[in-house]
Parts: sequence; structure tokens; C-alpha cells
Amino acid sequence: MKENQKTYWKGVEQLKNDPNFIAKNESEFPEYLPMNEQGGDTNSRRDFLKLMGFGIAAASLAACEAPVRKAIPYLNKPVDVDPSVPNYYASTYVNGGDGVSVVVKTREGRPIKIEGNKKSNITRGGTSAQVEASVLSLYDKERLTGPLKSGAEVDWETVDGDITNALTRIAAAGGQIRIVSNTVLSPTTRKAVGDFVEKYPTTQHISYDAISHYGMLEANRKTFGEAMIPSYDFSQAKTIVSVAADFLGSWISPIEFSKQYAQTRKIHAEHREMSRHYQFESNLSLTGANADYRSPIKPTQTGGVVAAIYNMIASKAGQSKVTASQLGDVAHVTAAANELWANKGKSLMVAGSNDPDIQVLVNGINAMLGNYGTTLSTERPLHFRQGNDQAYKTFVDELNGGKIDAVFFFNCNPVYNSPLSAQLVSGMKKAKLSVSTSDRMDETAELVTYIAPDHHFLEQWNDAELKTGHISLIQPTIAPIFSTRQAPESFLKWAGANIEYYTYLQNHWRENYFTQQDAISDFQMFWDKSLYDGLFETEGNNKSYNFNFDAIADAARNVAQNYKKSDNSVELAIYQKGAIGDGSMANNPWLQEMSDPISKATWDNYVTMSMAMANEMGITMNEEVGTQTVNLTVNGATVEVPVLVQPGQAEGTIGLALGYGRTKAGKVADGIGVNAYPFLTRLNGATIFEVMGGVSLEATGNTYRIAQTQTHQTYMGRENVIQEATLGEYKKDTKAGRVYPEIYKDGKFYKPSEITLWGGHEYSNHHWAMTIDMNSCTGCSACTIACQAENNVPVVGKEEVLNRREMAWIRIDRYYSAANPAGNKKELEQAAANPEVTFQPMMCQHCNNAPCETVCPVAATTHSTEGLNQMTYNRCIGTRYCANNCPYKVRRFNWFKYHDNKQFDKNSSMNNDLGKMVLNPDVTVRARGVMEKCTMCVQRIQAGKLAAKRENRRPVDGEINVACASSCPSDALVFGDLNDPNSRISLQLQIKERENGEKATDRVVKEDRAYHVLEELNVSPNVWYMTKIRNKDKESTEA
Amino acid sequence: MVAQKTILKTLTGFIACCFLVFSPDVSAQREAVPTEAEIIAQGEQLWGEYVCNTCHKVNEKLVGPAMAGVYDRRELDWIYSWVKNSTRLIQSGDEQAVALYEEYNQLQMPSYDLSDDQILAILAYVRDYEENPPVQAAAETSVEGSSSSAEGTIPAQYLNIIIGVLIVILVLILIVLVLIMSVVKKYLQDKKEDLDEADAEVVSESFSLMAFLRSPTVIGIITFLVIALASKNVIDGLYTIGVQQGYAPQQPIAFSHQIHAGQYEIGCEYCHTGVEIGKSANIPSVNICMNCHSAIKTESPEIQKLYAAQESGEPIEWVRVHNLPDLAYFNHSQHVKVGGIECQTCHGEIQEMEVVQQHAPLTMGWCIDCHRNTSVNAKGNGYYDKLVELHNASSTEPMKVADIGGLECSKCHY
Repeated sequence: MKENQKTYWKGVEQLKNDPNFIAKNESEFPEYLPMNEQGGDTNSRRDFLKLMGFGIAAASLAACEAPVRKAIPYLNKPVDVDPSVPNYYASTYVNGGDGVSVVVKTREGRPIKIEGNKKSNITRGGTSAQVEASVLSLYDKERLTGPLKSGAEVDWETVDGDITNALTRIAAAGGQIRIVSNTVLSPTTRKAVGDFVEKYPTTQHISYDAISHYGMLEANRKTFGEAMIPSYDFSQAKTIVSVAADFLGSWISPIEFSKQYAQTRKIHAEHREMSRHYQFESNLSLTGANADYRSPIKPTQTGGVVAAIYNMIASKAGQSKVTASQLGDVAHVTAAANELWANKGKSLMVAGSNDPDIQVLVNGINAMLGNYGTTLSTERPLHFRQGNDQAYKTFVDELNGGKIDAVFFFNCNPVYNSPLSAQLVSGMKKAKLSVSTSDRMDETAELVTYIAPDHHFLEQWNDAELKTGHISLIQPTIAPIFSTRQAPESFLKWAGANIEYYTYLQNHWRENYFTQQDAISDFQMFWDKSLYDGLFETEGNNKSYNFNFDAIADAARNVAQNYKKSDNSVELAIYQKGAIGDGSMANNPWLQEMSDPISKATWDNYVTMSMAMANEMGITMNEEVGTQTVNLTVNGATVEVPVLVQPGQAEGTIGLALGYGRTKAGKVADGIGVNAYPFLTRLNGATIFEVMGGVSLEATGNTYRIAQTQTHQTYMGRENVIQEATLGEYKKDTKAGRVYPEIYKDGKFYKPSEITLWGGHEYSNHHWAMTIDMNSCTGCSACTIACQAENNVPVVGKEEVLNRREMAWIRIDRYYSAANPAGNKKELEQAAANPEVTFQPMMCQHCNNAPCETVCPVAATTHSTEGLNQMTYNRCIGTRYCANNCPYKVRRFNWFKYHDNKQFDKNSSMNNDLGKMVLNPDVTVRARGVMEKCTMCVQRIQAGKLAAKRENRRPVDGEINVACASSCPSDALVFGDLNDPNSRISLQLQIKERENGEKATDRVVKEDRAYHVLEELNVSPNVWYMTKIRNKDKESTEA
Repeated sequence: MVAQKTILKTLTGFIACCFLVFSPDVSAQREAVPTEAEIIAQGEQLWGEYVCNTCHKVNEKLVGPAMAGVYDRRELDWIYSWVKNSTRLIQSGDEQAVALYEEYNQLQMPSYDLSDDQILAILAYVRDYEENPPVQAAAETSVEGSSSSAEGTIPAQYLNIIIGVLIVILVLILIVLVLIMSVVKKYLQDKKEDLDEADAEVVSESFSLMAFLRSPTVIGIITFLVIALASKNVIDGLYTIGVQQGYAPQQPIAFSHQIHAGQYEIGCEYCHTGVEIGKSANIPSVNICMNCHSAIKTESPEIQKLYAAQESGEPIEWVRVHNLPDLAYFNHSQHVKVGGIECQTCHGEIQEMEVVQQHAPLTMGWCIDCHRNTSVNAKGNGYYDKLVELHNASSTEPMKVADIGGLECSKCHY
């Protein structure tokens, strides 16, 4: 056993030992409770009697007449819908250029929860926070209820008539028509747009993406002759080098990549191998936080790093070297290149830059390494984000030149999320006809004449080709809530084709996909099967590509030119947060309140800055008064933004997230943060997310409070909650990194479980438990939103988060750690310069010896015979003793009534009739004054058990799963029954067979990596954590 | 396709047996119908399983014709093919079949996947029923059940009698004691001179009722009793707040369970379709009512309300009788399908109710009592095998719901 010498901290305040932080950390909630201070006028006995008298009178009056409740059955009950029995439909989440195969759970005909589709070969059942939250967006009150003409409600006939007439006139005069959209994943929709183009031949379809990947498309066009994005397979990679690609958080297909990446991080005694991951980046991203080696670099250094790696590989591969700019002192570049070469064909190099030249070099590196065909594949290219920045730029120029007569904005919002917003706004006035299919009156829709709102994806029939030959179907899970119409059907209608889109879709499938298979001979059966599976796969693309090395030299020259070591000016790296993303779902309160995996901030946008830079600018962060704002000037435009001191931020850089600063998204999102889209710049015809010059900062001295959850619920110095080791140590000893606390008694040391007052429990039926692999948890936080949707967890708003009253049942604790001590200011800055990061999902641990249970005066929290710690809301009187006695601080108290309360109107799932449709009818909406916490989704356990009982059998492992574990894209959470010796969890923990008389709670876990957080307290949790293993060499400090 | 299926299902109710009137040249096949008790029992079971009684009675015309004597009217082969697929028979132009179809408002009997022997068994049951009509006892039998939870304790009516008898005995003893006292007192008074002073005082003490009533002890006791009684009543009263036992609101349609479930013995699940699959038993939707009422009692003003609803598209707003608080989770399928509990156990003699009323108090105490006293319906259910084994290893009592966590909070509250 080796003592862990690292310093762990959750936030800068804790690292600095800020006195304010220390004082507050003693108590769970920061506020001062004014007890016994009623202005000297204390409540008298008389007051008590009066109140009590009134109370009894009121109660008796209220009891006189029970309200009459109605039971209203269907008039004609649909065959497949049985009240209280959920139905599941396979469908596809689509938003902008993203698509994920999902399964939608509906109750009484309304979707209430989204799960991943396990049949998908891409996401394999994983989801993300945005996918989980999208079901709430369906019930957004801000959606348009029908078509509009110049802002006035009209009927569809008027809109169709007007648009068709205008189009006919424009087409007759030879006027230009443009359809602008994000990447359209649906082949059938593309066909419908094609029909429209056929009818009006002057039409062009322009696609752009808020998060552009045009640089990659261009690079592949140059190196392979075809603009495409290959598919990646991180699971095959032993060495992964990423230059600013946040592939676990936001890059192209993060759920798919998380699944693959996590496979390389699973480790156990028989398999002591894992991938090694190098990350070079400016902002601390989710991916960087998971890297084994992370080097902070400035955006101007990305070119240098890529070129340097290229040259090192080239010299080994016998290719010619390229021009490279002088690269300053960047750690791990050589090591990364060496390992890439050592694992030729089993390595992967990716870059997040949207500069085609950088991507050309990256392609060159992967080609030299022979990674095409193993970790990279051109057989099934990814279809996400195919937008063309060049074409879009041309469109905006033409629009401004008055050359375009009609423009259709097809489910896109370029006025908000394109860098050419200002030119677009002035150009739109020159078009004779402008139409938007937006679902809400957003920034673009506000400026058009006609709005023909599209269905939400949960209301429509459609398909989506996620990869070449991998088509996922979209089927409606609810009848359209409003008078909306599917956009492709609108296009067909305007093109004069009066066909229902469903028929059109089936026809397309009959002609194109049905013929590509011969397993099923009847189309209806083929259709039903595809609909049931949610997807259909055809042959991939079997074109062979030749890698063209000619493009390399040019690209390298450009890179050397464009990425010069800058002077000391500040550089800005614009990024996406896992929750808000590109901002299209900003009006979703679940996403706004999700604490960012890295900064742990909610409800805000801010400039991230290193501690050294903050100190230099005289900016301090303090929980009491908050932080300060700065005036951020980018190429002449100035905005005032708060600063968040972010450990790991590269020196001389700042970060700013996209997706905020909405003005027309709706009540929840409007006015939060600043919009970073106008700051995006262009390079080689592509929109790029790094601003390498023209950035300046000026402290304003104004204070501002960012609602961060990072410093809530700390462990008061008991830091063996995180147990970690390096791979080298683990290879020698599977117990590496483990801490075995011992208790001293009567001259001897005992294991905590050996001296106990507790009698243990016998769980004869089930013994539910969970394991959390900290090695594969990427911190993405999909689980937190899954939990929120499943368990009706309220949103409390920024003010209440500041009061530490967020209600999340599962939180992701993010710990920074550094090897060096943090005494003086210099040491502090060093510690915060590039810390290691560990994510630890934390929820109720369902202790066998639960400290909360013993202190409840009314037995509202009790233990079940299945190992669960039960919380009974209707019995709770709100003493909060349990929360005070919980060592994990996972109990959340309802300080307010969050439902039907105007003060919490941002909690839209509980404050309007439409939003309430998302609530899970099997879970109580909690009242004010009661405690709540993770129940291990007891409603799912009960439903699963009942399903088994009805079929006269035991439940099968995996059939009952909790919401967090089923959403997890990296399979880090495993839930199951320890009484079933063959369950995944029993096998993972290597449960020893019980001897006679041994109680369920005395089970021996043989897996060395498994530990209990705060084992010394002997609360005996039913949640095990697996040690974090980093693939790091202890000895070498720098290669 | 789905629509067709639904229609078929809907019509199903109306069918079958239309074996009617004119069958001059059919030779009597009564004797071909077996009379073995075994076969009759099998027939009775099938009759229940396939809910024949939804449309047929033995001696009365319902949706379909009365079954009695059908073997006199038709060929057995004809009956077999009719039951198996009446549509085909009608389409084949069979005279009898077409006539039957026309007579019964063109309602079709659904097809049943029964073998010839099974159909014969049903006919055997019908014949037996016709020839040996059961004594009026059927209604009584199915109605046990509700008092079963009190097993092992003394029934309430006996309790009252026992208490009454005890009180009478105690009063008699009291009288005897008073008599003895007065006799002894009298005797001692006669011998007064022989007693010492203290004893004499006792003997000569006279009893004053007023003094007795005014004594602090008596006042104390009476005050205590009054307060105790009053508090008990108040507390009992408070406990009944929100308890709607006996609640029998008027419904928008005067639907009678007594007619449907009692008189016509339509199975509960026929209308309450969710009872074995879900949390709610389901109030039937109008299309279920229409299975029969598109043909039966069409003139009744109550039935007209169904047509009005169908016409206007407005569903019928029934008044909810059984209101559990939102904080309690109750699942019908767990109790009915898994637990095998009779509907009447909680809902009372529903088949005798003209207007449905809440039979049970639906309080938590009532739930808990039942969970304490009810044995788990574990037989043949693989889910419980290991639990039963473990239970039997340590106990001779049958395994109650409470023994496997049936009293835990989050079985019902989450």
C-alpha cells in the first residue's frame, strides 16, 4: 500500500484555501438562517394556539367535501395503447447535422424518455445529455402553434397559396431561389428537396453547419479526391493523439467515439492493457480531462505540433519532411510521435481544427501510419456535418448583391449561429420571398415573411443516413401537438406535389433500400422489420481511394505561414459545452442547469482563463462576491463577460463557449451569456474556431456571480475518495492505488468492517448494487440528464444554484490533482497550470449501514430487503437530519415548491400544462419541505420484477437497468443483482460465493480495483468504485 | 389490416351461436353429445375460458341465440365449421349460416381455434346444463373472499355476544355481592355491642349516594372517561378524513354491474382490459360497450348516450369512485395476475351493485393488513421458487406478502 501524495481539489477556492471557502465548507448550505430573530417580537403561546386553531378549522373544512375526480377513458381505445403500460418506439434523434438512433418510451401516447438504441452499430445504446434532454424540447411552450405570415397567424392554405404564387412568379422571371439548411441527414428529405429543385430549376440547396467541419471535407477532397469524413474506430487504437479535437465531448460523433474509447480503457487483472492518449489543446476539454498526457498549447501552436509530428513520422517512414514553423516548448510531442509510430496501424491521430491544411497534414500522418483500414475507414464515411462554408459564403454575398429573389431557411438559424450574421441580416431584406421552417420565432424566423413550422423530430416520419449505408428511421411517437407540418412535405407541396410525406418516404424505401436486400420478400414486412429495429444497413461504400501525398507540401507551407509563434497577445479558443452545444437547444432548462463537466458552472457563459493570467489581471474568484468581468474585444467588437479561472487553460489563451447569448430562443435561454459566433474567423475558406490575433482583454472591476456547483459538497479533507494509480503500477500489483483504511482499537488495527455495531442484512430476494468504473467514465454527464428525465427532478434556476440548492440526484464530482504542493502563489499557479482530472459520479450509495436511516425521527428513510435505501416522501417532515448525517452529501431538500410556482417558471417541465406532459407518471413530483435522493430507479426495478413475475420467471440480468447506467455512452456504470452469480456486476466484482451463514452484506469482493468511498466509516455502500488508472510513465517527466 | 382486426374483434362479441329456428330435416344429434362428467367439466372450463357467456346463455337469447337444443337444430359438423370460422361458412353461401347472420343483425361470430372435441365438450356442458339446471346457488358461490383476511381471529358478531354475556355475569356477581354485604351488615348490626369501636364505625356507616358522586375519585374518573371518549372520537374522526368508504357517486350513464357482471356473468376483464397487464384496470372505452350495444337495447335512453358520445367524439366522463392518493402506487396486474386476488376482495360484491360504491376504506392500514395476512401466490411461479425454499427452511407458516418485503415503503411510495 502506498500513500497517495497528490493534492486533490475541486475548485480554485479549495486549492487556495480561501478563508471564505473554508468557513462555508463547514456547512452544507451557505446561507445564514435567521433563527430566533423576529425583531424581538417572538412568537407567543397565543400565536401558536391561534395558528393551530385555524389550522384545524381549515383542515376540517377542507375535508368536508372530497373533490370529484373524473375518469375519462378513450372513446376508441387504440389497439396498442393501454393506459399505464409504456410503449417503446425506435426512432432517431436529429438536430442540425447530428443524428443518434434512439428508443422512445411513451406513456398514454406521449413520449417521456429517450434511451439509446442498442441495435445501432454506431452509438450502441449510448446517449448524450442533449439527446436525453430533447424530449423536453418537444413540450416547449415557445414552439410556434401554426404558420405565420408577417408575424400574424394564418392557415396553411394561405401560406401555401402565397408561397406557390411567389415561386411561380420568381421562376417565370428566372429569379434565383435558395434553400439554406444545416446538414440534411435524411436521404428522402434530400430527394424531396431535389423534387423542389426540379420544379424550380433556379434553386440551389446550400448547407452550412453551426459547427463546421468543412476543413475536414476539404482535406479529404484534396487527399482522397472526395469530400467526406471517414469513420473512426478508437477501439482499435493503442495510441491516440488528439490536437484540440474534443472527440468525447463535441467532435463529430462523440457518443460513438466515447463507446469506442471506453473499450480501450476497460482494465482488469486478466487484461492489464489500455490505450494511451495524448491531448494537445488550449481549453481544458472533456477529452483533455481524460487524456493520459495533456499539453496545453496556444491555438497558434496547433500548426507547429501537427507539422512536428508529421516530420517525425515522415523521417521514420521515409517520406520527405515538410516545412514547419518554429515550435516552442511543447511537452510530449516527441513521445506522442514515437508511440504513434510504434503502434503503426493501431494508432490514431485526430485534430479539431477546421483548417483544411491542418487536416491534410493529419491525413498524411494517418496514411503514413497505415491507419486507414484499421482505426480509420472510408468504407462507411460519417454523414454528420457536411456543410459547405464556401458555398454559404457565396450565398450570403449573392444575397447582399440582391441577386437572390427567394430564400428558404430550412430548420436553421444562421442569423444566430453563423459568423456572417450581419451581412445575412442586411441581405435578407433584398429577397422578395423569405420563408423559415423554424419551430420557434428565433433570430432568423423573426426576419422572414412566412414561417411554416416543422414538426419536432418526435412527431415526424423520416429517415437519417448516419453513415454511408446506415439508415436510421424516424417514426412519430406522438401526434403533432400543434398545427405544424413536416418541412419536406411543405417543399413537396410548394413544388406542386400533393403527397403525404409518409407515403413518399415509403416509396423511397421501396425503390432504394427494399431492393438492396433479399432476406425479406414482402415490402410491408421489410418496412415493419426496419421500423422495429429502427434502422437498416446496406452495403458500405466499396470505392477504393488512393492517398495523394501531393497536397501535403502545399498544406504544410500554408500551415507554417498561418501558425506563427505569436507575440504575447492573447489568443481565443471558441468551444462547445457538452450541454448547450451549438445553442440550438438552449431553451431547454435541463441543459442550462446541467453543470458543465469541467467548469461545473450552470446557467452561464464566461471567459476561461489560467490562474496566472487572472492573477496578472488582478482577478480573483471568491464564492461570496463571485468573480469579475472583463471587456473582451475581438477584432473590434467588445462584449463584457465574466471570468472563470480554469485550471489547465493554456497560458496566454482564453476560452469562450458557443451557444449562449440567444435573444429569441425563448424565456429560458434569452439573455444568458454572450454570443461567440460573431467572433469566429475564416481561414482557407473555412470557418475556424480559433482567434489567433486581434483579441484584447480589459478588467472592468465589476463583480459577477457564476453559479458553479464545483465547491458544493466537499469531503472535508478525506481525500482517499479518489484512488488512482498508473498503468505501470497496476501491471505489477492489481491493488495499486488502493487505500485500505484501518481503525485502531485496543492496541490493534482492524479493518473498519471488523468492528461494527451493525448486524448486517440478509437480502434473500435481490441485492441491487452498482459499480462505477472511474477509468472509463468520461464525465460527459448524459447520466445526470437521464436521471432528471426519469425521476422528475426539478430545475431550480441560477439563484438557487448559487444557494447550493440544486436538486440533481446524481452529480459528477470533478477533482483536479497535481503532484506538486500548493503553498505560495507561484506553486499555486503551477499546480493549476495543467492538473490531472478525475471524474467521480456520485449518487446515493445505498449504504447497508446507512447513517441517514438511524437519525430520521419519523422513519421516512428506511432499508429495504433488496439493499435499497428507501425515501418515503409522504412521511418526511423535513428535519434534514438525514442530509446532515450523510457522508456523501447526496440528499437534496425541496426548499421550495418547484411545481406550479410562478417563481420557478424556468422549471418548464412542472410549470405549464404542456411541459408537464414530460413527467414520468410513475414517480411522485415532490412537495416542498421533503428530502429526496437517488432511489436506484425503484420504479424501474418494480416494473422489471413485475414483468418477470407475470411470466413466472426470475428477471434476466440487464433487463432491469437504472436510467443513468442505460444512458452511459462509455458503459462506466453497471447495475445489477449481486444475488445472481452470473450477473455482469457479480462477475465484474468477482463476488466470492457465500459461505453458510454469511449475510448478504458480508459478501467478499475479490476485484482489487473495487473500493468504497470513505470505507473507514463502514457505512457499507452498495456502490463500488473502480480505481482510476492512468497510462503514464512515472519516471519520464518529458520526452 | 389493423382496422380489420379491430372490427373483427369488436364483432366477435356478437356472434355465435345462432342456431335457430328452422331445421326441419336435421336429425336430432342430441344423443351424440356425450354426458360423461369429465367431458362436461372440460366443457365448462372452455365455456369460461373463451368467455362464451359474453354472447350466449343456455336458455336465453343474448347477443347470440340460446344454446339449449342447438344439437337438435344443427348437424354437429355444421356446428364445428361455424365455430371455427363462421365467416367462411357464410361466404360459402350456406343457407343456414346466411339466415343466421341476417337474423342477428349481420353480426359475425369470431373464429375460435378449437378442436372438434373441444367444441363437443362445450356442447356436452350445454346439454348437461339444459337437462340438469343447477340449483339457485351459483350467485352465492363466487362471493366469498372478503372476510378471508380475518382468519385465526374471532368473528366480530361472536365477539359482541361474548362481551354481552360477560357483562351480564359481572352484573349478577355484583348484585350477589351487594346482597351478601347487606346481609352481613345486618347481622353485625345486631351484634353491635360485641364489636370494638373501629369495627362499629364501619358497620354503622351509612351510604350516601350524593357524597359518593361528589367524591374527588368519582369526579376524577368520570372526567377522565369523558375526555378519553371525546379524544377517541375526535381522533377516529380525523382518521376518516379523506376516507371515502361507501362513496357511490351518480354516474353519467346509469350502468349496472348487477346486470352485466351479475345477471349476464360477463367476465370483469372483458371490459376492464388493463387489469392483468397494467397499473390501471381501465374504464372501458365506448368501443367496448359498442361490441354488444350496437345491437342490444339500442332504444334505451342510457344506451343512446353511448351513441351520442360516438357521434360527438366526446368521451364519457365517468366519476372516479376509487381515489388513491397520488403518493401511493398501486398496480392491478401485480394483484390480479400475479397475486391471483379476486376482484371482489377489494371491490366488494360488485356483481350485485346497481351503482358502484367504494367497498374498502383504501387506507394504508387496510393495505398493510392484507399484506400481513395474505399468503403469496407462489405456486407455479418461478420467480418465487427460491424465496419459498428459503422461507420454508426457517418457518412452518405459509409465506406471507409481508415476509418478502411487502410492508416496505418503496413497494408503494416512490
